[in-house]
Amino acid sequence: MNACTRSWARAALLLLALCTTGAAQAQPSAGVSPIMSVLDDPNVEELTPGQRADPWESFNRAMFRFNQDLDEGLLLPWTDAYVTLVPEVARIGVGNFFANAQDIWSAANNLMQGKFERSLIMTMRFATNSVLGALGLIDIATAVGMERWPEDFGQTLGVWGVAPGPYLVLPVFGPSTVRDAVGLPLDLAASPYYSISESYFRPATTLLGALNARSQLLSATQALDAMALDKYSFVRDVFLSRRLRLIYDGNPPEDGEADKAPAPSRQ
Amino acid sequence: MMLNRCLLILALAMAVAAPARADTAPDELIRQVSTEVIDTVKSDKAIQNGDVAKIVELVDAKVMPHVNFQRMTASAVGRNWRSATPEQQKRLQEEFKILLVRSYAGALTQVKDQSVQFKPMRANPGDTEVVVRTEVKGKGEPIQLDYRLEKNGTTWKIYDVNVLGVWLVEQYRVSFNQEIAAGGIDGLIAKLAERNKGVSKS
Repeated sequence: MNACTRSWARAALLLLALCTTGAAQAQPSAGVSPIMSVLDDPNVEELTPGQRADPWESFNRAMFRFNQDLDEGLLLPWTDAYVTLVPEVARIGVGNFFANAQDIWSAANNLMQGKFERSLIMTMRFATNSVLGALGLIDIATAVGMERWPEDFGQTLGVWGVAPGPYLVLPVFGPSTVRDAVGLPLDLAASPYYSISESYFRPATTLLGALNARSQLLSATQALDAMALDKYSFVRDVFLSRRLRLIYDGNPPEDGEADKAPAPSRQ
Repeated sequence: MMLNRCLLILALAMAVAAPARADTAPDELIRQVSTEVIDTVKSDKAIQNGDVAKIVELVDAKVMPHVNFQRMTASAVGRNWRSATPEQQKRLQEEFKILLVRSYAGALTQVKDQSVQFKPMRANPGDTEVVVRTEVKGKGEPIQLDYRLEKNGTTWKIYDVNVLGVWLVEQYRVSFNQEIAAGGIDGLIAKLAERNKGVSKS
């Protein structure tokens, strides 16, 4: 962890303190109106859940555009080259390697969330793949039936009952929330880019990690291009809904309840 | 034209299929349609390679008979639907359908070894609107795919789809309203048509 991440963490904590108070008041009371009554409902202009979670939309849109330009101008061409030049079997190895390096941090987060069995499984996965799977290049653990339970610190905060706060698009890192942005420095400090390599190799591992992550998103972003009229709001809504689902381990509360319900540990 | 053909197929399918499917439960209907579509895609190289014409054919034959597409479009347009002329409503449905089919085409080319798993349905026997929750499992994270269905007489029809946690009708309503605010209903139709020709910028 370097000075830069630390000052970022402090700024993020400050933001969180500012926002949790504001967000609590901003919680809406009206539910989502059923689709059929939409045509007759005078409140149809009411905001969608995604819009309600996004009070800083104009800032976020600017940041989103910046990230899009960065992606189209820099990351995407490199990723295309990576996918073309590197054979699939090698890319799977790279994906496994980074996933394995993250598994130990997931084990820690599972532990912090009180999911002891999953924490144990993730620790065993890390040990198995690191030792028997050529430093994680081969995912032997999955082959022998050890399921993967990835968790990050933003999810841990969510399980502890911290509200997500407003949606926030970060430069380079993309969609986030205030809560997840607070968790991010810890995730980064524990990420393979920092923990595995000597600082000498860091630019190389970071680049490879970025190419790997982007290549795994190629089909998702292609689908998005085909579907979305307004990419920004689509990405926002998919992101928020996915985070909610991850925090509730796949079983978020019903529509309309989602943004009001407390985290599972509080229920 | 496409709509006419679609309506014709829809009418035929209803005439033939409606009595037979009279008591099909909504989750059973989704199961049948999903299975038919996935089986067709797996056995058809042209669809796997993204042949849009063939995908339109597949959608018209297997999916559209079970969709209340007018309701879907009307809801996506929102309150402005009432002020649209019948001709505009027809154009909106045509263009919206192409937009969805093109998205669907992209998704279908990814179909390889996926299977659809159903989550338990919370519904009462008398319900006329239900949500069927499914997950598409393949490599990687499972994909959430839910359907809203309405009962019309004895048949169930899909009127909204949730992909990755986002209800499409609600999602499109936001951007449709932005376009209508900027250029009216004709502006929205033009925007959709432009996109469907593949010349969009953003």
